[in-house]
Amino acid sequence: MIVTQALDVVLLLLLVMTAVAIARVKDLFATVMLSGIYGLLSASFFVLMDAVDVAFTEASVGAGIFPLLMLAVLSFVGRYEADSKRRVALPVFLLTLVSGAVLLLATTQMPAFGGEDTPAQQHVAVRYIEDSPQEIGIPNMVTSVLASYRGFDTLGEVLVIFTATIGVVVVLLGVVQPGKARSLPADEDMADHKVLRIVGKMLIPLILLFALYVQFHGDYGPGGGFQAGVIFATGIILYAMLFGLSNAQRVLPMPLLRGLTALGVMIYGSVGVAGLLAGGNFLDYSVLASDPVSGQHLGILLIELGVGVTVASSMVLIFYAFSLTTSSDGSVER
Amino acid sequence: MLEQGNIVSHICLLVGAFLILSGGLGILRFPDFFTRMHAAGITETLAATLIIVGLMIIAGWGIVQLKLFFILLFVMITSPTASHALAKSALHGGLQPKVKNVVDGDSP
Repeated sequence: MIVTQALDVVLLLLLVMTAVAIARVKDLFATVMLSGIYGLLSASFFVLMDAVDVAFTEASVGAGIFPLLMLAVLSFVGRYEADSKRRVALPVFLLTLVSGAVLLLATTQMPAFGGEDTPAQQHVAVRYIEDSPQEIGIPNMVTSVLASYRGFDTLGEVLVIFTATIGVVVVLLGVVQPGKARSLPADEDMADHKVLRIVGKMLIPLILLFALYVQFHGDYGPGGGFQAGVIFATGIILYAMLFGLSNAQRVLPMPLLRGLTALGVMIYGSVGVAGLLAGGNFLDYSVLASDPVSGQHLGILLIELGVGVTVASSMVLIFYAFSLTTSSDGSVER
Repeated sequence: MLEQGNIVSHICLLVGAFLILSGGLGILRFPDFFTRMHAAGITETLAATLIIVGLMIIAGWGIVQLKLFFILLFVMITSPTASHALAKSALHGGLQPKVKNVVDGDSP
């Protein structure tokens, strides 16, 4: 008990230190690396709190793909923060102080962490824990909550990712004139990085395989469409960085990715509509098969597939968008 | 049998922890980028290997041991590659190792 509490304190202190360092460092490259460390620390903290699914997401997004995408952004905006006169504005400082004090005061009113009188333990969670083994019948309760009970919320999340991707692509490839700077080294620049290329060739298939494992193992352990999509995208982005954007585009061309991003959302929504047509509610999977439990299994498998497809293609698409905007060769495919 | 395995695993974990500590000290105290990277490289390869091997002994025969073995393989492949890429890009960026000019015949 004391050991876990000490770990909590150490991790939280490290989080605070990293946050302060992020705020103070002027080198944006260091900021991106520090934010990756921040993601890894948060993931460790979530593991300590027994939230392995959240930790998995945080590790793959916060420590994995977020720094990667931010590096792509850096190649676009430059490495160093513009030199601005930094002075502490007194009203802002006071406002921060007051709101921080209020928040600290509020924590004293909160029920004890993990205590039985917390709202989280008394609301619908009890029903999920008691009934989901019979109703959904998959070992990972987080997946049954995320994909079935709260399926509508998750559809919203996927739509948010989809919309954000559309926004990024439109802003970067629709407005900004391409060909101003360069980010990705062309093939010949990376050709002398033999070690990186060989290790990349060894690892990329394993990364993609692991992504599929995470995708289809989400019913039984931590994992699911969000994590799998991000891991899959990381494999593709690694390939693009090592072997050039044009080679990556030969594997996954831009129009295909655009289609896939929409297709994932379509799969998700279609499962919901199929439930309606079969006589149930929107996103009620029980009516999808003759047996309610196997209907739930089928529904969760399909919507997780939709989530994975959308997330993976969105991430690659955003990476492409940043790289295309900043690459030097004029042959930019709109 | 179990007792022996425990002792071996504890030794592995302790030595691994010591190497991480010394690696951290090295990153802080060594004079230039390349020597610091050497300290970090030891942490990433030898210390990580020892700790994972120690955990493998504790885990015993089973799926957890296999998974730890995969993690070990992954670390053994990726960490030296990362060190290599770092050193190469440092050299590429014009960073020279800090070397004392040794006069010929004077060196030990």
